[in-house]
Amino acid sequence: MAGTDLGPAGTRPSRELRAASNELAGLDALDTHQGARTSLRRVLSGKVLPPAVAVALVLTVWQALTWARITDDYMLPPPSAVWHSLSDLWFRGTLLDVVWTSVWRGLSGFLLALAIGTPLGLLVARVKFVRAAIGPILQGLQSLPSVAWVPPAVLWLGLDDSMMYAVILLGATPSIAGGLVSGIDQIPPLFLRAGRSLGATGLRGARHVVMPAALPGYLAGLKQGWAFSWRSLMAAEIIASSPDLGLGLGQLLESGRETSDMARIFLAIVLILLVGVVVDLLVFGPLERRMLRRRGLRP
Amino acid sequence: MATALINAEHTTALARAVRIEHVSKSFPGPAGPQSVLDDISLDVAPGEFVTILGASGCGKSTLLNLVAGLDTPTAGAVTTEGRPALMFQEHALFPWLTAGKNIELALRLRGVAKNDRRPEAERLLELVRLGGAYGKRVHELSGGMRQRVALARALAQDSRLLLMDEPFAALDAITRDVLHGELTRIWAETGLSVLFVTHNVREAVRLAERVVLLSSRPGRVAKEWTVDIPQPRRIEDADVAELSVEITEHLRGEIRRHGWH
Repeated sequence: MAGTDLGPAGTRPSRELRAASNELAGLDALDTHQGARTSLRRVLSGKVLPPAVAVALVLTVWQALTWARITDDYMLPPPSAVWHSLSDLWFRGTLLDVVWTSVWRGLSGFLLALAIGTPLGLLVARVKFVRAAIGPILQGLQSLPSVAWVPPAVLWLGLDDSMMYAVILLGATPSIAGGLVSGIDQIPPLFLRAGRSLGATGLRGARHVVMPAALPGYLAGLKQGWAFSWRSLMAAEIIASSPDLGLGLGQLLESGRETSDMARIFLAIVLILLVGVVVDLLVFGPLERRMLRRRGLRP
Repeated sequence: MATALINAEHTTALARAVRIEHVSKSFPGPAGPQSVLDDISLDVAPGEFVTILGASGCGKSTLLNLVAGLDTPTAGAVTTEGRPALMFQEHALFPWLTAGKNIELALRLRGVAKNDRRPEAERLLELVRLGGAYGKRVHELSGGMRQRVALARALAQDSRLLLMDEPFAALDAITRDVLHGELTRIWAETGLSVLFVTHNVREAVRLAERVVLLSSRPGRVAKEWTVDIPQPRRIEDADVAELSVEITEHLRGEIRRHGWH
């Protein structure tokens, strides 16, 4: 059984080792991919140009419709009237205040929902009893329009900021917790086995394996949570306007309705839309891209 | 005299990397409990390389899970010295960490101090000849490189026992061949005990000092071979081929037994 054809002992191992080393290096070199960086020009033509064209197109159609006088100006104000409304607010110095009031409420409410939704999601995903007890309710709450919470919140908390936060919280927490639960449910079992065999159990497992592995679902939940926060806040601001409350975008919209100022209504809608898009673009977009790129799920 | 004898027995009892004693495992099935492993006894000596060979359904992976402590036997006992390191067919590296950080996580969970982790991770990467791969993302590595990082991560657990669940099954033949050489080298350098599960007879003979053939449904130890072909071996060596043919005959016999009913 012993190998007699191996030649003198000692020569083969070293030659063997060198050959193996070269083979390994060759395989590694052949198998390694080179990633290409995208140039600024390609980013501009691929990412900036298309939305710019779309916006220009919408503005053109809008302007054309007002020129064609399909309806009265107070029903469909021209883009210029909306622009005047904007510059009017700007010169009165209230524009940034109005936007900031809403953004501040939205973001702080969202962060609060994040702080509550994350442990809640972890609990629902990892503890069977909790899942059985409140899992379905959490699921149901995600489809409940958060406007429904405005009347009880007004009655319970009165017309002040705490009522806004309550509505945001009730709107966003189920999405954030639900996103984390589905993120955890989608973790490949292999990661959990690997984590356990490395000794990552309990809280250490949650921190080093479960949370990072669930990040894609969690991030999707956060994105939806932000959208729900913003929506809930706008609903609350439109319904609950009171002099005690600072003037936010929802109140701006409502004041436009009260004074039949369609240009102001349009302006408020555009600003609400813009805040949503900008937060998505500046916060969640980069986070998501970074995560996907790190994990090789996107070039 | 008597005490010396007891001590000697005591040390030999401890000097087993793995001791599997009359282990049975059954899982609940539609028609009562389904026996997967039946009365398996098997020891692995410190520094020994043992492959467990069997067709599908022989419970190889179940056995390895029991040894790894990820599952408990229905009857019998498994003892290992310390917690074994485990390597899977898929690399199971965490894609949110770089190659180096994957290894550092294992070190951290083992309790290695923060400042010592990076040099140790780099030493382990050198050991699997991936010195430059510290900052590489998992997706940037080829299949063979990923398995080597996974091996480095398993070695980072500083266990005296390495369990391998068909770790090269998903690789192409050339890469697998080269990694066999690497594993043999690292085994010789580190003096680890290895329990390696495979369905590939040639792989089993190429690597192991001892090959254990399991029968299927339920898994029992069917036969054992001691492989005394000197290392380094090659998968195409005549001796390896000769023994592989013999073992394959037995493996086929085991499979044929299931053709009757």
